Amino acid sequence: MGTSIFFACVTAFAVVVYVLADGFDLGVGILFLLAPRDEDRDIMMQSIEPVWDGNETWLVMGGLLLYAGFPAGYYILMPAFYLPVMLMLFALIFRGISFGFRFQDPRLRPIWDLAFAGGSLFATFAQGLILGGIVNGVPVVDNAFAGGPFAFFSIEGVLCGLGLVFGYALLGAGWLIWKTEGPTQAFGRAAGRWSLIFTAIMMALVSAWTALSNAEVATRWFSFPNIVFLGPVPTITAIVIVGIWFSLESRHEIRPFLLSILLFFLGLAGLVVSLWPYVIPGEITIWDAASDRATQIFAGVGVAIILPIVLAYQAHAYWVFRGKTVPGGENAYHASEP
Amino acid sequence: MSCVVTRLLQVIAMDAVILSRLQFAFTIGYHILWPTYTIGISSYVACLSFLWWRTGNTVYRDLMRFWTRLFAMGFGMGVITGVVLSYEIGANWSAYAHVVSNVLSPLFMYEALSAFFLEAGFIGIVLFGEGRVSRGTHFFACCMVALGSLLSATWILAANSWMQTPAGAVRDAAGIFHPVSWVAIIFNPSFPFRFMHMVCASFLTGAFVVAGVSAFYMWKRRNLDTAHVAFSMAMWTVLILAPTQLVLGDMQGLNTREHQPTKLAAMEGLWDSGNGVAATLIAWPDMAKEKNLYEVAVPKLGSLYLTHSWNGYVQGLKAVPARDRPYVPIVFFAFRGMVGIGLVLLATAITGAILRWRGQLFTTRWFQLLAMAVTPLGFLAVLCGWTVTETGRQPFLVYGVLRTADAVSPISAAAVTTSLTIFIVVYNLLLLAFFWYGALTILRGPTGEKATPHSVRPGIDESAPAVLVSGTRAAHPAAGD
Repeated sequence: MGTSIFFACVTAFAVVVYVLADGFDLGVGILFLLAPRDEDRDIMMQSIEPVWDGNETWLVMGGLLLYAGFPAGYYILMPAFYLPVMLMLFALIFRGISFGFRFQDPRLRPIWDLAFAGGSLFATFAQGLILGGIVNGVPVVDNAFAGGPFAFFSIEGVLCGLGLVFGYALLGAGWLIWKTEGPTQAFGRAAGRWSLIFTAIMMALVSAWTALSNAEVATRWFSFPNIVFLGPVPTITAIVIVGIWFSLESRHEIRPFLLSILLFFLGLAGLVVSLWPYVIPGEITIWDAASDRATQIFAGVGVAIILPIVLAYQAHAYWVFRGKTVPGGENAYHASEP
Repeated sequence: MSCVVTRLLQVIAMDAVILSRLQFAFTIGYHILWPTYTIGISSYVACLSFLWWRTGNTVYRDLMRFWTRLFAMGFGMGVITGVVLSYEIGANWSAYAHVVSNVLSPLFMYEALSAFFLEAGFIGIVLFGEGRVSRGTHFFACCMVALGSLLSATWILAANSWMQTPAGAVRDAAGIFHPVSWVAIIFNPSFPFRFMHMVCASFLTGAFVVAGVSAFYMWKRRNLDTAHVAFSMAMWTVLILAPTQLVLGDMQGLNTREHQPTKLAAMEGLWDSGNGVAATLIAWPDMAKEKNLYEVAVPKLGSLYLTHSWNGYVQGLKAVPARDRPYVPIVFFAFRGMVGIGLVLLATAITGAILRWRGQLFTTRWFQLLAMAVTPLGFLAVLCGWTVTETGRQPFLVYGVLRTADAVSPISAAAVTTSLTIFIVVYNLLLLAFFWYGALTILRGPTGEKATPHSVRPGIDESAPAVLVSGTRAAHPAAGD
């Protein structure tokens, strides 16, 4: 009982860290082809190059925490979302490999530019399809997925997919404003404004659609006494959106990024309110899905001891590569004889 | 009519199994090439980083930077093809994922927690950190990446070995495994041998890659100072590891005979149990006739190396019903491929030692060609070895307990056909890209002729120790352009 709640918290934490960390570097990829100059693209890619691998590891960690803590969630959801999961993996393959290959040979660079931007875009959209699909519900019979290959498709999923694309682009723009300067930073501010407008629209659409189409979620939000606690959430969200808008107009360099993170926190908190305590809405709760207590304890001890250490050295990696990404410095890896 | 529908459903279900097996075999076979490469090369880079830190000899620095570049490309391939596997287990094999979840899920989780994060946390410093951290810290980061790759191998081989020789768990009436002893689960009977065999294979393969690339420079008579150092290091390494691998392989064989006799019988092409069995050198194992055709065998030799006694007892394939046997020819020939390559590599290592003793290691032209020719063989041997152990476990996914046919997801054959087709196209394109860029990097050489046009570095440079920056600039007058 207690260990299940512990695992639910840790899994949610991993998902949040993933969405924020890989969110900004996927966002940089989504904005990649929109940047005006090749120099901007070089700087954009190099600003995330030392950290993207660590960010993406949280995706694996989140999936495996779900498997260790709530295996039913893993073995029912994975086949249910087979096609979007595969789409995400193929997209991440193209995106990941372009880091290694793009700087090798200028002649083929446009191909890797496309692979990087397209990979980022499709991976994000696939994640939205999966997320919206889970909220929308999954057919389950006898503790196994019972649907066809296209059962994953839902309006909710498409809306979430679009919302996530703009949301990640907003995070990516915030990162660029923080980590770059000059024309690249100016591009970040412009991209941030458009991303923010569409993110706000998509958040409103997803919320409205969920409230209208999903009675259980609607009851959860609008019934008394929940509405007393949850009522301010949309208002706070609106205030944060306005705050981001003004920070994009101002000279602040890190504030747009931090406020965008706050916006994502609010969205994900809303998701937790809508889902709790289900792993698969209306079908399987975290207690139905839980693994053996011995399994949760064995895995939980490792998480409690090792995860803080992981966070410490990931923070150290960000610290080593702190400051602005600037053109023209020598680099032992990219330039063989700088 | 309903009979036809049922039959059709059976065909489709069968197809999803076969297609999922093909997809998993292809994606995991492709994936294992990169860990094999990066386990070996990451340790080599750590070794070079240490030598550069302690001696200040620029030959080690140039080699370290060169092999770091080649390592980075392989590392990226390993990461992205590995992410695929962690999701395929749930997507294609959800029934398996269900049955073993309580036992194996923490092992997979520990791999991500202890190994993937460690590699990811320090790879940035290994690739881009030179100049912004001290040489000692760079060496430490190299060690953490190498350690991460070994920890990853530890957890994943523990999980794989548990599927070969399950221990420390009980199965309930519904067929679900429950853990009893984590020590027994992790240190299951075949784990220590499989781990040593695979890690040694990775170091051996990596050393032959270093030898092959160095031999290319010696053949072209360029970059000779770095090439001689690297070639010499590699040939010492293989001289120690090639014979070691033979002993470790023998130990793994004894372990297989004890715990997976049917797999061993398939490897040997041995149909009838008995004492003092022959060693089959080559044959065509005919599964329908239950005997070997065109057999060339040496009497008694099989018992000698399988049991270390002339009259030792070895169990044959006929000891189990036909439905419990693997597809014998694949196991039989893959095993011969692995052992054959092992012997070729051993012969190469010994030849290198003789040439060194005569003072001709760097001047013998034909040996440089040989070293280049054997470069890919280690990878082939690893693929053969995994084919032996995975195909030899069939028709079970968990040996003797869970059948592969019962492990597949409720997914459509068409969906798997789609993903499998894309995997084959994409992975082959990536392999071409890797060879293309790998070849470019090798042609450019350890002290390369031309820099890539865009050299941007992430972040500011204020943390760089002054002495290192000035040293770097002195060595590279063109710095900063």
